Amino acid sequence: MRTTVEQVIRTRGLTKSFGSTRALDGVDLTVGRGEVHGFLGPNGSGKSTTIRVLLGLLRKDGGEATLLGGDPWHDAVALHRRLAYVPGDVNLWPNLSGGEAIDLLGELRGSQDTARREELVERFQLDPTKRCSAYSKGNRQKVAIVAGLAADVELFLLDEPTSGLDPLMETVFQDVVREITTAGGTVLLSSHILAEAEALCDTVSIIRAGRIVESGSLATLRHLTRTTLHVTTREPLDGLDTTPGIHDVVVTDAGHTASFEVEADRLGAVIEHIGQHGVVALTSAPPTLEELFLRHYGDELAALNRNGAGTDVAGRRSRHARGEAGR
Amino acid sequence: MTAFTGTWRLVRLALRRDRIILPVWIVSIAGLAWAVMASYEVTVVTEADRISTAMFSAGNPMARVFDGPASGTDLGAMALVEGWKVLAILGALMSAQAVVRHTRQDEETGRAELLGSAVVGRHARLTAALVVTFGANLVLAGVVALAIAAPSDFGWSGALAEGMAAAGIGWVFAGVAAVGAQVFSTARGANAMAAGSLGVAFLLRAVGDLTGEVTEDGLAVTSSWPSWLSPYGWGQQVRPYYQDNWWIAALFVGLTVLLVAVAFTFTNRRDVGSGMVPVRSGPAHAPRGLLSSFGLAWRLQRGILVVWLVGLAIFGAVFGSLGESVEDYILDSEGMRELLEAIAPGADVVEIYYTFVMAIIGIAAGGYAVQALLRMRAEEMSGRVEPLLATATGRHRWLAGHVLIAAVGTALVLLGAGLAGGLSYGAASGHWADGIADLTAAAAVQIPAALALAGFVVAVFGLLPRWAGPITWFALAAALVMGQLGTLFELPRWMLDISPYSHVPLVPAEDFAAAPVVWLSVTALSLGALGFAAFRHRDLAIGA
Repeated sequence: MRTTVEQVIRTRGLTKSFGSTRALDGVDLTVGRGEVHGFLGPNGSGKSTTIRVLLGLLRKDGGEATLLGGDPWHDAVALHRRLAYVPGDVNLWPNLSGGEAIDLLGELRGSQDTARREELVERFQLDPTKRCSAYSKGNRQKVAIVAGLAADVELFLLDEPTSGLDPLMETVFQDVVREITTAGGTVLLSSHILAEAEALCDTVSIIRAGRIVESGSLATLRHLTRTTLHVTTREPLDGLDTTPGIHDVVVTDAGHTASFEVEADRLGAVIEHIGQHGVVALTSAPPTLEELFLRHYGDELAALNRNGAGTDVAGRRSRHARGEAGR
Repeated sequence: MTAFTGTWRLVRLALRRDRIILPVWIVSIAGLAWAVMASYEVTVVTEADRISTAMFSAGNPMARVFDGPASGTDLGAMALVEGWKVLAILGALMSAQAVVRHTRQDEETGRAELLGSAVVGRHARLTAALVVTFGANLVLAGVVALAIAAPSDFGWSGALAEGMAAAGIGWVFAGVAAVGAQVFSTARGANAMAAGSLGVAFLLRAVGDLTGEVTEDGLAVTSSWPSWLSPYGWGQQVRPYYQDNWWIAALFVGLTVLLVAVAFTFTNRRDVGSGMVPVRSGPAHAPRGLLSSFGLAWRLQRGILVVWLVGLAIFGAVFGSLGESVEDYILDSEGMRELLEAIAPGADVVEIYYTFVMAIIGIAAGGYAVQALLRMRAEEMSGRVEPLLATATGRHRWLAGHVLIAAVGTALVLLGAGLAGGLSYGAASGHWADGIADLTAAAAVQIPAALALAGFVVAVFGLLPRWAGPITWFALAAALVMGQLGTLFELPRWMLDISPYSHVPLVPAEDFAAAPVVWLSVTALSLGALGFAAFRHRDLAIGA
């Protein structure tokens, strides 16, 4: 049981509309202290709007929102001393140098760690003397990341922070985030790059059309998905098609080799079944976050495929998604 | 693919984007032209009226400085001498802004890069912007001619000549903006260069018209050479309904071709996104002074302030030095003295002149206030304010930095112009003490009015952020029109009273009155407070 103090972010039924567009349609988001919480969803699903409501930049229409135990709208200034924010789309003052922008943002927050700042500038290979107008998108992003991650604060709100970084810098970014959590910081990391979330996050929330559709630890969520098995047996496999919990069976080599997907709660029974046929080789692939994601967006993909030229893979996934929805 | 590939598509895109703004400009300008003509038809009726009005315009140095060279007794000619400033200033601004909007502004926002990656030649964007702007000016010429000639019996000859002059100055300033868009890396810089050039053009012809000679019949003025250096002056030398000098069209076209050629040469020498001036590198660490919300506001605002300080000081100095000549001209003419005595009994001619000058400088300082405060809107729209307000910087603190600088800046700009005017008058006349005291006082009484306008901008920024730009620029334009043409249009008192500038005591021509100054200050503070309260309670405008 967590006490409320340990919940760094807590929203219940959060709503926000822009004109007739409902951007947030009842967001329930909980982030506990010390977590790296992945906030996943495609563009336009409400990630940035949620974060901006949490920052008090936008005013919620309805629902509750608590940040570090305070009200994000009324206590904005006091709360902002305790958090750092890295926006996804970074716009900086064209006539300031990158170093000036970093120092300015750090000073205004009131908690810049100077040594850490120098270290991060070095690690991200940023030239702080360049004017912001001369930076590429990736370098503007680095300015915001250094300014945010050099802060000595409890909470980091990172809104698609790596969208302009090259893979090398992304690795550096992941290292730095791990250092932050080791030091006890809490991170809300919004992203649509699933590999990044898988590499960093303990817990995730998936947002879709302004609503959280799935939330929990990666381990729990993976439980909801299927494991892919590839198996070779001495005796020909039989009865796979009729075994409950098995999907998408492909049998080759006169029944000696098969690959298929197994629902998590059927895994034990299936292993027992194939064990009776004398297993020669067995590989299993754990479910990825991508599959988790597709469960919720699969029908949109299917709609896209109906309209355009469908591919086999996507077709299989949309069947997959419908199958899940039927459970 | 040539350098011009894709121009036609971009023209259609620009027309689509400007489908509201350009017609609004054109109809407003033509509407004002029509209003000036109509008011002359009503107020100047008899032959004797016309002769005395023409003699007054020709002999009165103030009319020569602010309106232009008198051009005989034809009603149409007289009306257009007075109406030209509306056509010229608004037409030039319409054109310059249109060109900048489709060139430098697109580069600043990154739209140009997107377009540049499509099948679009290197010169296509500038060409399309110029094609649209030149076309808009031709339409403006037609609509203006129609507005002048159709409802009246002035006839078409002068109306068409005036239309040509309006389009001519529009073309020239489209060219100026095209050059500015290559030289400066921001839309603000390019627009400022066009506005500054317009100010210089106005000054040149003010000197040329003041130092010109009255013709023998006393009904017209032959301008001296400085007027011929100014495209603003050329428009006046067209002399509609007096001489209809169509050959001046060649001057307009010639200068436009030259400017466009310069702009295209510059486009060949620079990359998309950058200006002609290379970007220097900056310090790796922020200096102490930058490290606050106010420090950042100062860094963002100081350039605008310096430009306006210098610009209006020059303006004040030029008009200050002319004060001495104004006195000479009046002393030369017995008739003029009697006329002025009839308008403002007991008042000193030079003092009336300075009251007029400061009324214009007061509105110009309002222009500074609007520009400086709209910088906040630009910061908000570009998303640059978002990371700031996500720090421990409160909204009020952020707002206060910009508002403080704009308010103090407005006062400084006015006092600077007054002081420069006083010093140059003192240098020309030897009346140092009088000149400095009178002009500084005349500038100081404008401060509360300009601040009331500034308060209005803050209120609109808080309450109606989406419309902040159009509403506040319109308010400034309305104040200018009411101040310059309100009496001519015989606008009702209540309408004139909306403009804060209508309440400014006419120092030094009349005595100082405290009540209006107090009320203007209270208005400024209340509107400002309203804006602060509203900004605290609204969403930030951020691309969702």
